[in-house]
Amino acid sequence: MGTKHLRRMDLIFTRDDDYKNLVKDILSRKNEDIINEMMESGLKGRGGAGFPTGLKWKLTSEKPEATKYIICNADEGEPGTFKDREILTQVPYKVLTGMAACAKVIGAKEGFIYLRGEYHFLVDLLSKAIDEFHQICKVNSFDFNVYIFLGSGAYICGEESALMESMEGKRGEPRNKPPFPTDLGYLNKPTVVNNVETLAHAFTILKLGAKDFHDLGVQDSHGSKLFSVSGDTPIPGIYELELGMSVQDFADDFGDGDCKAVQVGGASGFLVPRKRFKETSIGYQGKLKGISLPTGGSMMLFNSSRSMYNVLSNYLDFFQEESCGQCTPCRVGCQQLVKGIEQVKRGEKPAAYLDVLLKLTDTMKVTAKCGLGQSVANSFQSIVENFKEEMIY
Amino acid sequence: MSDVQTLVKGLVKSYGRQETSLMPILQGVIKVERSISESAMIEIARELEISTAKVFGMASFYSFLDTKPRGKYVIRICKTITCAMKGKNQILLALEDSLKIKVGETTHDKHFTLLETNCLGWCHKAPAMLINEEVYTELTPEKVRQIIEEYKKNEVVD
Amino acid sequence: MKQINLKINGIAINVDEGMTVLEAAKKLNIRIPTLCYHKDLCTAGNCRVCVVEQVGRDRLVASCATPAQEGMEILTNSLQVRNSRKHIIELLLSEHNADCTKCYKNGNCELQNLASEYKITNPDFIDLVPYKNYAYDDLSPSIIKDDSKCIRCQRCVRTCAEIQHLSALCVAHKGHEMKISTFAEKPLQEVVCATCGQCVIHCPTGALTEKNYIEEVWDAIADKDKHVVVQTAPAVRVGLGEEFGIEKNDGRVTGQMVAALRRLGFDAVLDTDFTADLTIMEEGTELLTRLKKALVENDKDVQLPLFTSCSPGWIKFVEHTHPDRLKNLSTCKSPQQMFGALAKTYYAEKRKINPENIVSVSIMPCTAKKFEADRPEMRDSGYKDVDYVLTTRELAIMIKQAGIEFSRLDEEKYDRLMGESTGAAVIFGATGGVMEAALRTAYELVTGREIPFEHLDITPVRGFDGIKEASLTIEDALPDWDFLNGVTLNCAIAHGLDNAHHLLKRMDSGEASYHFVEFMACPGGCLGGGGQPIPTSPEIRKKRMKAIYAEDGDMPLRKSHENPEIIDVYREFLGEPLSEKSHHLLHTHYKARERY
Ligand SMILES: Cc1cc2nc3c(=O)[nH]c(=O)nc-3n(C[C@H](O)[C@H](O)[C@H](O)COP(=O)(O)O)c2cc1C
Ligand code: SF4
Ligand code: SF4
Ligand code: SF4
Ligand code: SF4
Ligand code: FES
Repeated sequence: MGTKHLRRMDLIFTRDDDYKNLVKDILSRKNEDIINEMMESGLKGRGGAGFPTGLKWKLTSEKPEATKYIICNADEGEPGTFKDREILTQVPYKVLTGMAACAKVIGAKEGFIYLRGEYHFLVDLLSKAIDEFHQICKVNSFDFNVYIFLGSGAYICGEESALMESMEGKRGEPRNKPPFPTDLGYLNKPTVVNNVETLAHAFTILKLGAKDFHDLGVQDSHGSKLFSVSGDTPIPGIYELELGMSVQDFADDFGDGDCKAVQVGGASGFLVPRKRFKETSIGYQGKLKGISLPTGGSMMLFNSSRSMYNVLSNYLDFFQEESCGQCTPCRVGCQQLVKGIEQVKRGEKPAAYLDVLLKLTDTMKVTAKCGLGQSVANSFQSIVENFKEEMIY
Repeated sequence: MSDVQTLVKGLVKSYGRQETSLMPILQGVIKVERSISESAMIEIARELEISTAKVFGMASFYSFLDTKPRGKYVIRICKTITCAMKGKNQILLALEDSLKIKVGETTHDKHFTLLETNCLGWCHKAPAMLINEEVYTELTPEKVRQIIEEYKKNEVVD
Repeated sequence: MKQINLKINGIAINVDEGMTVLEAAKKLNIRIPTLCYHKDLCTAGNCRVCVVEQVGRDRLVASCATPAQEGMEILTNSLQVRNSRKHIIELLLSEHNADCTKCYKNGNCELQNLASEYKITNPDFIDLVPYKNYAYDDLSPSIIKDDSKCIRCQRCVRTCAEIQHLSALCVAHKGHEMKISTFAEKPLQEVVCATCGQCVIHCPTGALTEKNYIEEVWDAIADKDKHVVVQTAPAVRVGLGEEFGIEKNDGRVTGQMVAALRRLGFDAVLDTDFTADLTIMEEGTELLTRLKKALVENDKDVQLPLFTSCSPGWIKFVEHTHPDRLKNLSTCKSPQQMFGALAKTYYAEKRKINPENIVSVSIMPCTAKKFEADRPEMRDSGYKDVDYVLTTRELAIMIKQAGIEFSRLDEEKYDRLMGESTGAAVIFGATGGVMEAALRTAYELVTGREIPFEHLDITPVRGFDGIKEASLTIEDALPDWDFLNGVTLNCAIAHGLDNAHHLLKRMDSGEASYHFVEFMACPGGCLGGGGQPIPTSPEIRKKRMKAIYAEDGDMPLRKSHENPEIIDVYREFLGEPLSEKSHHLLHTHYKARERY
């Protein structure tokens, strides 16, 4: 334990007392320069989907509409994720600066922080930071206002189109895509939705330059990333690490010496069993060697005392409750999975029924309307395939 | 005008009549009443000129927008994976024992409601719970008993 | 318009930009199954049965919600598509109380059709119904809501919001508990439901159905002591044929319908069209009286515009949502209720039958008429004026049960005494029809001349525009009406309650002002009513409208005041329009209802 394979970084949480000057500097730059810097940095969204941030800003900047919005997604509901909360607690001004940069580029006058209801306690602190930030905008004659929109306990509202529905006073039911938010977003105006961490990284990039950021990480997974580490680890918490690390290195650093599996990316991510630690690296899917996993940064460790059946059953309960319920594969699929593994465990269904359920998750993956239903297959398949006996006996 | 009508009218005044205000208004009702009664929903629908069914559909979607009566303090204990691994069940037993109610119930004096909820975002300090907006982490059975005692004491003083 | 080239199942096609993959496939005669999709409604994309493969993408796409894009290659019947679709249908069935043999929609159910198409004989999944606590609501006189049959496609919710502007229905809760609900899960009877039945005709399954009174009517027919009279609404004759696949003659089946009703055993087969003509006499006179009060007597209390009152769904809508407008409503009962009141008075007298022994049945394109017949105000004959209201669909069921080969029936004529009608009455079934009928009579009454439209076809008030307007300037009026000389009468017409809502808003804001406004609760008017055959679509309504006007054109008499039986009923029984007797039997009052 604690062999310290991984370089720990401190880009995000480092205080920057000079940020007022950065805001001023950003506001004096040309839009193209900001976009170029963002594109060159290789920054991809840290909310899970991994869309290139510079490109998202660029696309939205090209829309002719007079009204546009930037929304900071602080709904952080993925089990095992808590890094955004810490960013907003410690360096809210970095996020606000990132929002301002985006607002300038795309031409937005209003921005929102969609803060999950569970983080209500952050409202006062954030409001203060926003007030201060408004002063800076004013000093620089930049017409930009940020508001907090508080959620009310619905994981699905982290999905960007559900988030906007929710802000519009509706149930958080994800929309059909296309149209994408960059075309028709909040109140049908072009909208950028970015994760808290993404915006904080934008701060770093605009401060240090694209190159410094780009040099971190590997191939197409550039930069550092915050990881929320929990479960069977002696040192749970939030860590900033380079992308591209292997799960083995991670488990060596963070495990309790008895690490059986690591869940990467929360309940909607993948379970990596010990036998695959070495070949699996953490980054965006693509050119990395071996298997690579995208992640919103949740890393949950399980030691050998844990029943993987209980873990899966817990996830599935989560999904059947947190699904918005509108589409068939997700709403009914989740219920079938919950009941299905229960009945297999109790011996009411044969072990072969797991194969039926695996096929069902294949269908959910390709037919569900949004990322929630599509990703239930991730944990289901990786757990059932790797820990079949635990599902049955 | 009933209290809840006054409350809703006040909220509408500060947030406006557009549908984007629906969520903050519902949250405002929760803050005061801990749950959204039929008369509150009716009043909101009237003020925003939308259907009552729509207000109900909206409220019932969000787990913090309770439409069933709740106590003055709503306890939500996280049941998601890490908290479950780190002893959430013992915490729940301790709470049920101190409050003499089961999950989903409200104490006779209407002071406490005990609920479970999904991931609160404190997995590194599991188990965690909310009492109204307040967060409590790294719970132990003793710790929750103390917390509840504190609340009960304050109630008596009130 | 920009053209898009794509390939579906290897066949190249060129479509307008904005068209969906589903529509493009249809152009190629490739049918993709759908459930949540409905032409009348905005796209939801939630059932996912319409998924297709887009070559090069790892996920399937919902064809109803995916615009055709340049270069797309779509497969609608690949192995992956078929397996996925089958899974989805199976999933729906696992949440569904699929006891088809005991289900009212057996034989006319989109879910059942899909299950049968995909041969879901050996489902893999666990039956979830025992774990659910499905509600069943049959308290409304019009509609039954059975949650155990619901597939949560939200068609009803969209219908009630988009077409009817009421949103009596909503989606409640989330995840596995998500359901279609009303405010606080109250029975439909207690919420702002217009009982229009639009949700029923847009529901693909048996989750929303009309409350049927078929057995009650069979019992009455079988009862030797009862004299059972039946009336048929104008729109029924242009819809009923669809239930029997009849397309010839624009689908008009008036004569066969009369023959079938006789064979079912009704003692008298009569026509609501008769009281539609009567409505024109009463409502037309009411309009002229109000105009006179306003223009001559300068009476400030007189309420103009006059709103039509033949659509009980519209009435209930006003009662709930615009109680301040109740005074604008004509006090005339709907033709159904006028008929009911006369059946147990005038008809009973003339036929020398004890009204106690008369059972009055009506065949309506409408579910709101069931509610209307149950209103306590509708007992002016001293009895329940209309005992049972059947929809067009229920009549079709009875005809099928009786083993009548409908399409082979020879045409027959309505019985005398309340069976005679004019073309003006039959157009009550289409939006704009009441207006047209009223204008034909009122104009002639006032000027002594026929209304100056070719063949009496007042085309400006016809068609499917949501809100229509027409103006008519009166010149050379007869002496009694000379106060109308030079007056331009402004009229408007709205169908579907969403349009009604918008028109009312325009009037409230002063943006528009009229003398006479026709409102119908359902899209297209009664021809698109909630009691008409399922399915419905813009094309089907168009076809029915064509049939209505063809029916009118073929009638020997085209103006209500020329109906000889109408002349008789005034001479022998009522006296004159708005007489005391008329007031007692043919007029009613309304009451404000809770909106919230
Ligand atoms: C079910 C679901 C939940 C999500 N939750 C979050 C979340 O809590 N926070 C977040 O930033 N993104 C979340 N996302 C991703 C967002 O939809 C969106 O991609 C992201 O906010 C974009 O920001 P980024 O490009 O900066 O990552 C979620 C997606 C899905 C499908
Ligand atoms: S996949 Fe699940 S969460 Fe997403 S739209 Fe469908 S039901 Fe809702
Ligand atoms: S709703 Fe359709 S599928 Fe369901 S039981 Fe009735 S007929 Fe069968
Ligand atoms: S009957 Fe009409 S008003 Fe009532 S719920 Fe159905 S669509 Fe809405
Ligand atoms: S009641 Fe009918 S229309 Fe409404 S969601 Fe259920 S199945 Fe669909
Ligand atoms: S018909 Fe396309 S998703 Fe339902």
